[in-house]
Amino acid sequence: MSPSIIALTITSIIVLIGSLLGFLARFHHKMDLEQWTVAGRGFGLVLVWLLMAGEIYTTFTFLGASGWAYSRGGPVLYVIGYAPLMYVVSFYILPPVWEVGRKHGLQTQADFFQVRYGSKYLAAFVALVGVVFLIPYLQIQVTGLGLIVEVASFGGIHRSLAMIIGVSLVAGFVFVSGIRGVAWVSVIKDALLLATVLFIGIAIPRIYFGGIGKMFAALASAKPDHLVMPGSTTNLGHLWYVSSVFMTAVGFYMWPQYFAATFTAKSAKIIQRNAIIMPLYSITMSLVLFVGFCAVLVLPNLSNGDLALLTLVRKTFPAWFLGIIGGAGALTAMLPAAIQLLAGATLYAKNLFRPIFAPRMTDQQVAGLARIMVFVLTLGALFFAIFTSVSLVSLLMLGYAGVAQLFPGVILGLFSKRVTTAGVFAGLIIGISIAALLMLTGHDPYYGLNAGFIALGINFTVTALVSAVTPVRVGGFEQPSLAMSASTASSSNRV
Amino acid sequence: MTRPSIGSILLGLIPFAATCFSVSLWDRIHPMIFGLPFNFFWLVLWLFLTPVCMWGAYHCEVSRTKGDRGEEGSSR
Repeated sequence: MSPSIIALTITSIIVLIGSLLGFLARFHHKMDLEQWTVAGRGFGLVLVWLLMAGEIYTTFTFLGASGWAYSRGGPVLYVIGYAPLMYVVSFYILPPVWEVGRKHGLQTQADFFQVRYGSKYLAAFVALVGVVFLIPYLQIQVTGLGLIVEVASFGGIHRSLAMIIGVSLVAGFVFVSGIRGVAWVSVIKDALLLATVLFIGIAIPRIYFGGIGKMFAALASAKPDHLVMPGSTTNLGHLWYVSSVFMTAVGFYMWPQYFAATFTAKSAKIIQRNAIIMPLYSITMSLVLFVGFCAVLVLPNLSNGDLALLTLVRKTFPAWFLGIIGGAGALTAMLPAAIQLLAGATLYAKNLFRPIFAPRMTDQQVAGLARIMVFVLTLGALFFAIFTSVSLVSLLMLGYAGVAQLFPGVILGLFSKRVTTAGVFAGLIIGISIAALLMLTGHDPYYGLNAGFIALGINFTVTALVSAVTPVRVGGFEQPSLAMSASTASSSNRV
Repeated sequence: MTRPSIGSILLGLIPFAATCFSVSLWDRIHPMIFGLPFNFFWLVLWLFLTPVCMWGAYHCEVSRTKGDRGEEGSSR
């Protein structure tokens, strides 16, 4: 058998087993909206951990982080800088978010804004922000999936075909099993990823240099500037590091899919314990960085830094091992794509379409529309991935900065009685506009600072100023009249 | 919502101080420790120390919840 066939067969088997698990996850569960979106709020520590770890470790971190280590050097440290800190932030924010979620039957991030601020327009706007920024995130996963399978099959499968097959499987198991499917696919994905990353992170430096220490020693004498900030860039210095790490740490859990994952837990303690142990999982990230740094000396002059990890693995190991990496990598793309699809589809149906266009829709119709939206969003992401040549990485960077602008609304909503609906709305709009203006005109970083960080600062200021001069309409989560409409009643008896 | 206690917030600020705001103090190659450049070593070290801080914060919160509301905080 040719190496291409061997690698491809193994990759396909892994992807199929993973997807099968996703389809089977629905067994014994009636898939109403509550089960589909938040699994009836019944997940324990292990499933919540798998879900959170599975979602956070995306192709963007897998290929992107090693790519940054390769092409930019020192600034990549921000990845292991923000990772533990975002869990610190989640430790304080997610448990109260979970509690509000259980009390009011929340299923989406926009539901949170609806209940706290009592404005369906604010909630719809939050949903719109989520859906708009999820699309480039989704597209990145799809593109990454295509790249991984193409490299792992030695070019035997064209990336478009790989994308279509992979994404159809994802849409299929999301449609059938909802978030339960995502959690169960994580089992196989996390196990494989952990094992392969541990292995290549240790083996590759050993094969080429005799060990991690020797590899860094060689790099430190050949290219000392590459290992500290700003590395091989001119503008990613210390000020950029502090502002980026801070902005990402507070903004990361503002991605709507992590709210959904939070609501799946069966108690707030599970969320807290999860936040405590998650930083340990980021150790795997540093191993990915080893591979990227290795590639600097072993494979100089790669045109696309994002391919550094895959190319080095292909050069070093036999075909069957490349097949395993291909399978792990493909699942690493499919899993976050699945939860992004789920979150985007639910936000659209529940918080954007129903309140604005069809207030009479029943929960069952919303569930039906959300499931149809899974396929619409899938087709959209596929279209962008196959037919647009522009890299959407810049849009994703804008997405990170954009969703971070929801932070004032969430944290002040939880802990302040003085914040007003108008204040949050004004701050959010101005924050997103400033982030978009700076980033799309190429002004990120701006005077050395992360553009999203600047936008967040202005956002907070505007929220505070407008809140000071507008009356408080809703002071907390206690008003039952403002609770969610039909869904609360149907879910409360199951809690 | 009840706000987190001062003790638990202070514990949460330690990792921020150590890995975010203090970058110019540790962003250098030497001394290399366990074969890692110092900046890399420092951040990996905090992947282990952050859970320790948050474990402390967790116990701050748990003891406070018990004092306030009896056993209500324990999971089912």
